[in-house]
Amino acid sequence: MKALGLHLGVLLTLALAGLLLPDYHQGMLTRVLVMAVFATGYNLAFGYTGLLSLGHALHFSAGMMAAGLAMRDGMAPEAALPLGALAGTVSAALTGILALRTKGVSFMIVTLMFAQAFYLTLLYFGAFTGGDEGFPLPGSARQMFGLDLTQPGPRFTVALLLFGIALLVQAALVRGRFGRSMVAIRENEERSRMLGYNPFTIKLTALTLSGLYAGVAGAAYGLLFGYVGAGFGTTQYSILPMLYVLLGGAGTTLGPLLGAGLMAWLIDAASSLTEASLAIIGAVLIALVVFAPKGILGTIRERGAKWLP
Amino acid sequence: MAAVILQATGLSRAFGGLRAVEAVDLNLTAGEIHALIGPNGAGKTTLVSLLSGRLSPDAGRIIFAGEDITRLPAHTRVARGIAYTFQITSIYGGLSVFDNLALAVQRHRPRDLRQAVQAAADRVGLGSYLQAEAGLLSYGHQRLLELGMGLALHPRLLILDEPTQGLAAGEIGDFINLIRGLQGTTILLIEHNMEVVMALAQRITVLNMGQVLAAGTPAEIRANAAVQAAYLGVEHVAD
Repeated sequence: MKALGLHLGVLLTLALAGLLLPDYHQGMLTRVLVMAVFATGYNLAFGYTGLLSLGHALHFSAGMMAAGLAMRDGMAPEAALPLGALAGTVSAALTGILALRTKGVSFMIVTLMFAQAFYLTLLYFGAFTGGDEGFPLPGSARQMFGLDLTQPGPRFTVALLLFGIALLVQAALVRGRFGRSMVAIRENEERSRMLGYNPFTIKLTALTLSGLYAGVAGAAYGLLFGYVGAGFGTTQYSILPMLYVLLGGAGTTLGPLLGAGLMAWLIDAASSLTEASLAIIGAVLIALVVFAPKGILGTIRERGAKWLP
Repeated sequence: MAAVILQATGLSRAFGGLRAVEAVDLNLTAGEIHALIGPNGAGKTTLVSLLSGRLSPDAGRIIFAGEDITRLPAHTRVARGIAYTFQITSIYGGLSVFDNLALAVQRHRPRDLRQAVQAAADRVGLGSYLQAEAGLLSYGHQRLLELGMGLALHPRLLILDEPTQGLAAGEIGDFINLIRGLQGTTILLIEHNMEVVMALAQRITVLNMGQVLAAGTPAEIRANAAVQAAYLGVEHVAD
């Protein structure tokens, strides 16, 4: 109950922030929410199941490309968004079947290679995908359920709605039987096997769900901001959700949002201070790893707030 | 004569040149407590790993409850009713006692998980520790938790790999009472403590150098000259 209250409170605060914040910050919050959906999915795989994937850019860009290309061909956003979700899900399931034969460092490398291969494929078929330059989605195509997604207000509403669903589904999932078995795999795979759990199917399910989140986030990103490109398939977009999750707290329901938000405003603040903004970000990340290796919410939970979801 | 629940024939497993288990036959009768004893390195843990599916055999067959399970992976065997408790305590140290037990209990999808977990905890005397972090429990309590997780699976065959290792004398007494109180569960017990073996086992199989040296009732094993030479005579000459 405490957890549900906290989640609803956070969503309410976000809604209020969307109403009250000036345009610039509202736009940033919209972007943060979409990236938080992505990171929340990453958290299911990495934070809860212990799968350190370096290839989530694949699922994000697969979702974005599928939805973007379909919309370029005239598909309505109401159908393109689910199509993006499907693309992320399928890409995660297919690569998972192969990558999950490996563990640890090998798993990181195999997932990284899959994402790299997909990115290069997008470039290779640049005539069709738009390659590095990508392609814009015209405003006329970005109308969903009567909302004009070229406008900041509706854009924020859709982003908040998607994040709300992502957060509540994750929260329900990790409290239930399956969530417990995901954590069990992370904590002690051999023990879980001897309790009758099939580690492969649990990991594949977690990874596939994680791909679903990434696909939704990628499709929404293209839809809301009107641009689709192969650049979203670069390694950077595999690293970002991992950083968000590590910063906010892996294996906490709100860590991905906190990490994504903190990072966005940190970069914003740092770039207004100095040209070398990334140096500040780097210093903050090093401090985090040294002083709070479990991320912000993970550390708070460890230091007493055990109920923190 | 009760039914045979597990029948292993000709089980062999080698690690490189070492024949850890060679042509071992083992029959377990439903409901019995069967002890597996032998000197260190005799192949006891390898043998039960073959039975539980943690290792696959080079040769031989395993029939469980009338079905050939030789090729089944470990998690499927657990689902069919073979539970294994680890020699080296293998619990989820970072999780609460509740979650540790719930992971076993939820396999049976009880209507009321909380109540079922409480019952599983009470059974091994950990009822008041549900919220404690498992890794912070005393060693004896961790052993009990390990046992509790095995029992919570409601297995038809429970394999206990040196369950009393490192327990205090009083805890060993509790353990013996707990195992005696189990109804209908077949138990395969690897144990070094001969008092525990003699107190619990209805039959004993002695392994030595990967092979069955002798099998029989506790009285027969006690009287067996080969066993005394290989095992009992060395460590328990004072008995």
